[in-house]
Amino acid sequence: MRGDDRMACTNIMIVGVGGQGTLLASKMLGRVLLDQGFDVKVSEVHGMSQRGGSVVTYVRFGDRVCSPVIDRGEADVILSFEQLEAARWLEYLKPGGKIITNLQKIEPMPVITGAAVYPDALVDKMRAAGADVEAGDYLSMAVEAGSAKAVNMVLMGKLSALFPEIPEADWLAALEAVVPARFLGMNRAAFAAGRRS
Amino acid sequence: MKELMLGNKAVARGLYEAGCRFISSYPGTPSTEITEEAALYDEIYCEWAPNEKVALEAAHGASLGGARAACAMKHVGLNVAADPLFSISYQGLNAGLVICVADDPGMHSSQNEQDSRHYAKAAKVPMLEPSDSAEAVAFAKEAFEISERFCTPVFLKMCTRVAHSQSVVEPGTRTEVPLVPYVKDPTKVMMTANSRNAHVRVEKRTKELTAWAETCGLNRVEMGGTGIGVICDSTSYQYAREVFGDGASYLKIGLVYPLPEKLFLDFAAAVDRVIVLEELDPVLEEHCRMLGIPVEGKALFPICGEFSQNLVRSCLGLPVPPSVSIDDPIPPRPPVMCAGCPHRGMFYTLKKHDCMVYGDIGCYTLGALAPLNSMDLNVCMGASCSGLHGFNKAIGPEAERRSVGVIGDSTFIHSGITGIIDIAYNMTNSTVIILDNSITGMTGHQQNPTTGKNLRGDPAGKVDLEALCRAVGFARVRVVDPYDLAAVDEAVTEELAAEEPSVIISRRPCVMIKGTVHKPPLTVDADKCVGCRSCMKIGCPAISVQDKKARIDATQCIGCGVCTQMCRFGALAE
Repeated sequence: MRGDDRMACTNIMIVGVGGQGTLLASKMLGRVLLDQGFDVKVSEVHGMSQRGGSVVTYVRFGDRVCSPVIDRGEADVILSFEQLEAARWLEYLKPGGKIITNLQKIEPMPVITGAAVYPDALVDKMRAAGADVEAGDYLSMAVEAGSAKAVNMVLMGKLSALFPEIPEADWLAALEAVVPARFLGMNRAAFAAGRRS
Repeated sequence: MKELMLGNKAVARGLYEAGCRFISSYPGTPSTEITEEAALYDEIYCEWAPNEKVALEAAHGASLGGARAACAMKHVGLNVAADPLFSISYQGLNAGLVICVADDPGMHSSQNEQDSRHYAKAAKVPMLEPSDSAEAVAFAKEAFEISERFCTPVFLKMCTRVAHSQSVVEPGTRTEVPLVPYVKDPTKVMMTANSRNAHVRVEKRTKELTAWAETCGLNRVEMGGTGIGVICDSTSYQYAREVFGDGASYLKIGLVYPLPEKLFLDFAAAVDRVIVLEELDPVLEEHCRMLGIPVEGKALFPICGEFSQNLVRSCLGLPVPPSVSIDDPIPPRPPVMCAGCPHRGMFYTLKKHDCMVYGDIGCYTLGALAPLNSMDLNVCMGASCSGLHGFNKAIGPEAERRSVGVIGDSTFIHSGITGIIDIAYNMTNSTVIILDNSITGMTGHQQNPTTGKNLRGDPAGKVDLEALCRAVGFARVRVVDPYDLAAVDEAVTEELAAEEPSVIISRRPCVMIKGTVHKPPLTVDADKCVGCRSCMKIGCPAISVQDKKARIDATQCIGCGVCTQMCRFGALAE
């Protein structure tokens, strides 16, 4: 799929909770897209937010990418590692844009302390608002593949299926380039599980 | 071969290709990766200095020794390095010297939003500002050329969105630059006559640089539609391009100090309406006003915060794209102290004692958040010690018995030592707590002078914190394990009551350090748990209460056991 805005860029956001492996996913995605000959920019924030805070990575590709960030109403795809984070960044989605979200819920500290409530039925509400949402228990798929930590590769597998024009071999080559050798088998299995689900 | 490269890695690449041999830095988001990435090249000696002042002085020393040298720091680090900066500008150098400084508009990981461009003007040091990774490589190399040609240190200024964005780079090869022989020169001693001459030299240099800036190629005109002309730098250029494409013309500034004059005037004359787009302060805008160019800048765009394409659109009254939303309020997800964080036990104890807690800069600033809420304020690196001293002098014994300063090991080495000397020398009964987690945590686990390892992880000198505190005049220095709540409580109680200054070293390594041994996750005995929520008081992200029973998230819990000491019913166990 390709976006249709004036700069002909496609915009993908990867969102989640600090520590969930979003940075590795964006590293892999950036590499795949560069291999396809696109101009690519990947923007992330390091530092304090990585301590269990809300994290977002912007990935943009096309003929020429200028801004390193994606703004409200510009995302073609939001790939979310956690339900609440999908909802947090929903405003960044284009009307009719695609959300792939892990059904996992991680309660933020204000919910744990009782100062705030974790909203219910988020997937239904996002669908009702006009988002094309695909939701699944990708954490269990990662556990089945060998480790909960491989949830990022399950989600990358899901994402890869949205881009049939990019050969699977290119995704796997990028995976091999970013994942340490001793974890390759598990991560390949997780990617395959996501891609074929 | 083309590579997708992080901005900071691109700076390191540029320094490498330019033949840089020496880098001394202090970590600070968003600048840290410059030095970490440079350290991967065997040709560059890299070190973590105790602070930015030392880093710049060391880098300048290396330059005097004849090696192309650099240092890297965040914007507030430049405040610390300001003292040598202003004098090095006069002193000059031998081989090239590049000072990398990273601003943080939007304050993703900083306590203020200062604009480093002012330092360039104040210290009369040229400043280059890339807008993506490819420019970061090119500008880092150019910075050394300018440095040696004009005999001046040169700033390479980054911001979060350039430092932490990856974009396409075509790496080049390294040029080896031989050491420049050191020659003794009596005019290098900065005493009155020499300093006066040096100032004249600096003014002449700035004039030459200003003339050079007209044609140097770092400032670029891109003509498109002439209805709007945008004068911009850094990421603002990218946002402007995103919004206007070829529908506008651009004067893209890469050398933000000193600024050319004719280039600005000619560009302004070629377009109907001039807009200045720059994050933070109106530096380019004021230059335009000085030249008499009618421009729109901060009248349209904010001084506070980061820009984005939609911000540019809405400030100009252009339509922003429609989006998707739901009505539910989305609870915030602030960063939290990790499960098993050794700081937790100390902050819980300080809350219990209802202390005035003068905080500092590091992971432990998170102790200010609910439910621990145990930090009154923080200012800058090291202020917890000196600020506490002043606070206690002002109020007296009543404050001394109810107040503490808390400071991490790396921050203490950076700027806390002089503060505790103030306490010892000028005598307040202040209590300073060094949260020694044996690493520089917040910036991503860098070694420091207390860890016994250098930047590459090899054995290095090691500061003995206890001996240091005793040597400067503290008779009361004690070490506690923050996982032992009873011991922490006893230490805090006794040191607050003591009629002399004291240091408590709360010592346990950060649980995120590779190789730290974690115990198995704890479990909840549902029969014993009465749902009293006592365990929730420590604010551990691994503990929640569901259906009136405590629940432990086994993926986060590392078995630190602090929560078991909170439970009167023995419901939490290994």
